[in-house]
Amino acid sequence: MGSKLSLLRPNRRAFMAGSASALAMPAILHATRAYAAEPVIRIGHVSPRTGPLAGFAEADDYVLEAINAKFAGGLENNGKRWAVEIISKDSQSNPNRAAEVASELILDDEVDIIVAASTPDTVNPVSDQAEANEVPCITTDCPWQPYFFGRGGVPGQGFASTYHFFWGLEDVIAAFLDLWGKAGVSKTVGGLFPNDADGNAWGDAELGFPKPLAAAGYTLVDPGRYQPLTDDFSAQISAFRDANCEIVTGNMIPPDFATFWAQSAQQGFAPKVVTIGKALLFPSVIESLGARGDGLSSEIWWSPDHPFASSLTGVSARELAEGYAAATGRPWTQPIGFKHALFEVVADVIARTADLEDSQAIIAAIADTQLSTIVGEVNWSKGPINNVTKTPLVAGQWQRNGEAFDLKITANASYPDIPLTGEMKLL
Amino acid sequence: MDWLNAIVQGCLLGGLYALFAAGLSLIFGVMRLVNIAHGDLIVLAAYLGLTVTGALGLHPLMSLLIVIPAMALIGYVLQRGILNRTIGDDLLAPLLVTFGLSVILQNGLLEVFSADPQKMNAGALETASIPVGGITLGVLPVLMFLTAVGVIAGLQWMFYHTALGRAFRATSDNQAIAQLMGLNRAHVFGLAMALALAVTGIAGVFLGIRTSFDPSIGGGRLIFGFEAVIIGGLGNLWGTLLGGIILGVSQAVGAQINPGWQLLAGHIAFLVLLAVRPKGLFPRMDG
Repeated sequence: MGSKLSLLRPNRRAFMAGSASALAMPAILHATRAYAAEPVIRIGHVSPRTGPLAGFAEADDYVLEAINAKFAGGLENNGKRWAVEIISKDSQSNPNRAAEVASELILDDEVDIIVAASTPDTVNPVSDQAEANEVPCITTDCPWQPYFFGRGGVPGQGFASTYHFFWGLEDVIAAFLDLWGKAGVSKTVGGLFPNDADGNAWGDAELGFPKPLAAAGYTLVDPGRYQPLTDDFSAQISAFRDANCEIVTGNMIPPDFATFWAQSAQQGFAPKVVTIGKALLFPSVIESLGARGDGLSSEIWWSPDHPFASSLTGVSARELAEGYAAATGRPWTQPIGFKHALFEVVADVIARTADLEDSQAIIAAIADTQLSTIVGEVNWSKGPINNVTKTPLVAGQWQRNGEAFDLKITANASYPDIPLTGEMKLL
Repeated sequence: MDWLNAIVQGCLLGGLYALFAAGLSLIFGVMRLVNIAHGDLIVLAAYLGLTVTGALGLHPLMSLLIVIPAMALIGYVLQRGILNRTIGDDLLAPLLVTFGLSVILQNGLLEVFSADPQKMNAGALETASIPVGGITLGVLPVLMFLTAVGVIAGLQWMFYHTALGRAFRATSDNQAIAQLMGLNRAHVFGLAMALALAVTGIAGVFLGIRTSFDPSIGGGRLIFGFEAVIIGGLGNLWGTLLGGIILGVSQAVGAQINPGWQLLAGHIAFLVLLAVRPKGLFPRMDG
């Protein structure tokens, strides 16, 4: 027994000494870095470049190219010029992989700020890693409820180092109700909510669609949660048809919506308004539906018609969207604006931070942000809940314009500053 | 009427599952190969169809004239070039190789076609329907069901009435003796894979007309194919059709009770059948 202890003790001491110096190492390195000719601030960026969520990240190269060009000369902080290095990593649309690359960025690349975008599957694991390592983190492109409650956030308490800007479920509901109010159809709504994080949040009896819809005088026909990648929607279609639903809403992935929409036609169900979250965001999806894509409606987070401009490069929303279309030959998508805005906030935070060596100072600068970005105002003092701030959300309809489809903003009651660009037409 | 509708729509869905499964069933029946990449090969066929319709302006169904031979060629080359080298006493090697193939296919398609959901536009066929005694049947699902029956009948006839079918059966029964009798095992396996992928080509084009697809959805379709094959009995083609229908009907009936039960009902039907008849409904004779 005694000999075992004597064997253990020196080992533990050596270990403690070693690990203490290892722990101190980054601090020592940090301290010396500022004396270099030009100090470097590293930004880690996680996004789903490949896999099912790749559509959200397709504009990464275009956005990062403009940002890197802008950052090439470095950024000014307290009269000193800092070189900026952006290290981008692919989450492969997989939450485990997102956590892994976030931890690589934090521990191996020693980034000073970490940013991430696109759905809870990317944003949440990255934020959790950042929170655990006390690294400043800014995220976007995920409704705030799955971000906040999905990470076990406590209202009033929030998180220490992680901040998020986007809209929430209440905004989608308000925008959809505004849209339907203008359509003038009977108030019976069919709901298609999948059994995934988004679908369960949207269909939730307390926090989701049912209560506000009932309050606004709508009857919601909700047959229940279906499994994503279902091949058959006959049960839902017959339930909606029996209840004479003139509106169909929900939160679906594109293949499920395409199946539902084709089967509706085959089985003689013809609603007058179809407003679906998530599935109808991208022009490529609407184009793939052909003539059946005309008149579908969706939430709009960002569009070329939004009256905002970049605080970083000065380009307007329209210039950014058209620049992307010209550079790639592909139609603009809504995440482009948010990806750009993410780096606007980063640049603003770097410029304002009292001491870039100190992560607490960076976090304080993030919390104090008051910035007009290309997606609207980002100001965490105005958020609905700790660590969250909201950007405007409106709703609109895809309308055929010759061969192409245009997303017309047809409902803007919550944010009248964003101009209407079309009138709602019935299907 | 809703229940009758659910059962009829479920039967039609079963046709789709049988189309997904026919290729798997064939490959397993002839060479005892479990092809994990089957779902991704279906998606590959859908993309081939999309490319052909886009380039030549053909109707998606006409694109089958090019997709089927192209997939068959891919199948033959794939089998002789890669899979034949892995087939032996060890079941694990081909399993791992097809798993790798699945990863390569998904990411290759993502690189070439991007993650955009795509769909083949078949015009009026997609939305056309025929009313039958109070139930409305989509023309496309009916066409798919009939195609599935036709494909299975064709494969069955080929298996039992042609020299090629005899070669397949002989190789399946005993590879060594078939080889002694002058059959080139490598070539027979290549032909079996070519035939299986030709069927996959049909499944892929129908999938692409029916709904939108992207490079990542193949894996999700694989499980229904496997279940249909196992319910019907490994290697039995008519059994595969029946397996698909059982799966489709139980899903549709489950969904009628509650949409949350849709896929669960299919899986439960599968498990119950597996418990009652571990070898499936119509197991192939062995030995």
